[in-house]
Amino acid sequence: MEILSNLALGFSIALSPYTLMLAVLGCFIGTIVGALPGLGPSNGVAILIPITFTMGLDATAALVLLTAVYYGAMYGGRISSILLNIPGDEPALMTTLDGYPMAKNGRPGQALVISGFASFWGALFATVMLALVAPALSRVAYQFGPAEYFALYLLAFSTLGGIASNNQAKAAFASCVGLGISVIGLDNFSGLPRMTGGNLHLMDGVDFLVAIVGLFAVSEVFFFIEKHGKGGAVGVKLNKFRVPWGEIWSTRWTQLRCGVVGFIAGVLPGAGASLGSFLTYMMEKNIAGPEGKFGTGVPKGVAAPEAGNNSAAGGALVPMLTLGVPGSGTTAVLLAVLMTLNITPGPTLFTDRPEVVWGLIASLLIANFVLLAMNVPLVRIFVKVLSVPPALLLPGVTMVSFVGIYSLTGGYFDLLLMILFGIMGYVFRKMDIPTVPVILGILLGSNMEDALRRAMVLSDGEWTYLFSSPIAIGLWIFAVAGFIAPVYFRNKIRKPQAVTD
Amino acid sequence: MLKSDRIFGVVVVLGAFAYIASALQTPTSFMSDPVGPKTFPVLLGAVAGLCGLIMVLKPDEEPDWPDFGAVIALAISVVVLIGYAYALKPLGFLIPTAITAGILSYQITPRPLASALTGLGLSVGLFLLFKYVLGLGLVPFPKGWFG
Repeated sequence: MEILSNLALGFSIALSPYTLMLAVLGCFIGTIVGALPGLGPSNGVAILIPITFTMGLDATAALVLLTAVYYGAMYGGRISSILLNIPGDEPALMTTLDGYPMAKNGRPGQALVISGFASFWGALFATVMLALVAPALSRVAYQFGPAEYFALYLLAFSTLGGIASNNQAKAAFASCVGLGISVIGLDNFSGLPRMTGGNLHLMDGVDFLVAIVGLFAVSEVFFFIEKHGKGGAVGVKLNKFRVPWGEIWSTRWTQLRCGVVGFIAGVLPGAGASLGSFLTYMMEKNIAGPEGKFGTGVPKGVAAPEAGNNSAAGGALVPMLTLGVPGSGTTAVLLAVLMTLNITPGPTLFTDRPEVVWGLIASLLIANFVLLAMNVPLVRIFVKVLSVPPALLLPGVTMVSFVGIYSLTGGYFDLLLMILFGIMGYVFRKMDIPTVPVILGILLGSNMEDALRRAMVLSDGEWTYLFSSPIAIGLWIFAVAGFIAPVYFRNKIRKPQAVTD
Repeated sequence: MLKSDRIFGVVVVLGAFAYIASALQTPTSFMSDPVGPKTFPVLLGAVAGLCGLIMVLKPDEEPDWPDFGAVIALAISVVVLIGYAYALKPLGFLIPTAITAGILSYQITPRPLASALTGLGLSVGLFLLFKYVLGLGLVPFPKGWFG
């Protein structure tokens, strides 16, 4: 059993006191980040990245810390959904539908506990599946040449644009913006500068961390300034309660189904946790029918989206680790972490750096139990966090972003660039232009162009080479279908708005 | 009817042309591959231009733009942040951070005393956190104040 020896390796790393401490710390920060409205997994992880680097953590440690934050944020998002009717992050949007009514019916504690267990199950299932599926997929990925990789990148952009946004043209435009920015700097093939406008600061290209922090964190601050911190709903107070074991048991099939569906939604490139929670909630609502009373505060309605989004969060790690193509906004941010640490995700990661992959998987398994403990018995601590006023929180976020980027690059130019990206993120989000494809474009742009040019070198400029293998043709078909199909069923299925997880 | 999407679409189309034009200026070297450094950016520009055209022809619902007061608040915040970016190096961490955080806090919830306290608290608190817990090399005060 190869997987057992791999897991043993993983646990030997994950159980070292230092790594364990980082995982617990990550869970704690993550749950807070998730619970705070206005700070989601992607901007939470984004502002922590520069700090992690300046602390000098090694690859495994940094990855364990940041993925624990990612998992924690997925758990924490439900807290403000249930108590305030404000989703703590995008994937928790569906949890408000039954979670808040349940809280208003005087059962906020039960809603938190049921959703906590559902989160635990979803995340645990996804992590186990990650350990099983990822090595197999990474072997398939060995078959990929430049033509296949080019088609795969295209698939990521087209499904991200097609499924997770409202307007195909705007999503494609956002991808072009990101890819266009990635072109800036020295050309990989000829070594000559491109699109720098003669600016020396731009010779190295635009650092994707600057773009990520600007687009995700700084633009969020602008949103709060526009709203003057208004929009805070009346919160429900958490009273004393018993753990509703019976109700948790009654949702077992719901949790199981939603774990599976959520995982599949997560693995699809571009879909991510928001789609996972949306799909699972709608599925359970249809299975339960009108007698199910979804929307009035039923346990299944709380369990379904939470099992779904946590499972999808784990599933989204699969394409990120095996192919280097992230399945969601936050995994795009995590990919940025890997790239900055000089780790190339993809099939070789599993053979060259097994300690990173299996250390991560083992840490996530441990993190799950830590998160269950934090989110069920200790949930009161995190409920307190909700009373932090935006007027303190968002300036804090800004300052942390600035210091992070400043300590990374040490100059004013990247800070100005970050502000620019913040303004861009604000305008884009106002106009319903998704910002995740921009990040993905900046991250993957040079790989995508390299794949294209290498393919053309191999074929001596023959364009049909791009469609020369069955895998490539399959990916092209999925890419086109994933981009066009949502136009037709968009009228029938209403998606969760503003998917940015 | 002049919609935001139409205006934005026109800007995108013009921007795409500028981008393509700029890409065509890229110097090529003797070591060339079949695709060269120009094709990819030109392709991107073309796709972006097409998207801009679609936005002009099929605009979405008008977004919910902020009112005049909010625009002023946003403009002030951007100016303050730009100032902060320039001030951080010569003036040290504490003073610019306190001022910037205070002003941002005031823009979110206009209570002068609370904002001033937020600015001071964040500045000192974050400095202690960054400097002594995370070990980042931050300079607290302008050079030459304390020897």
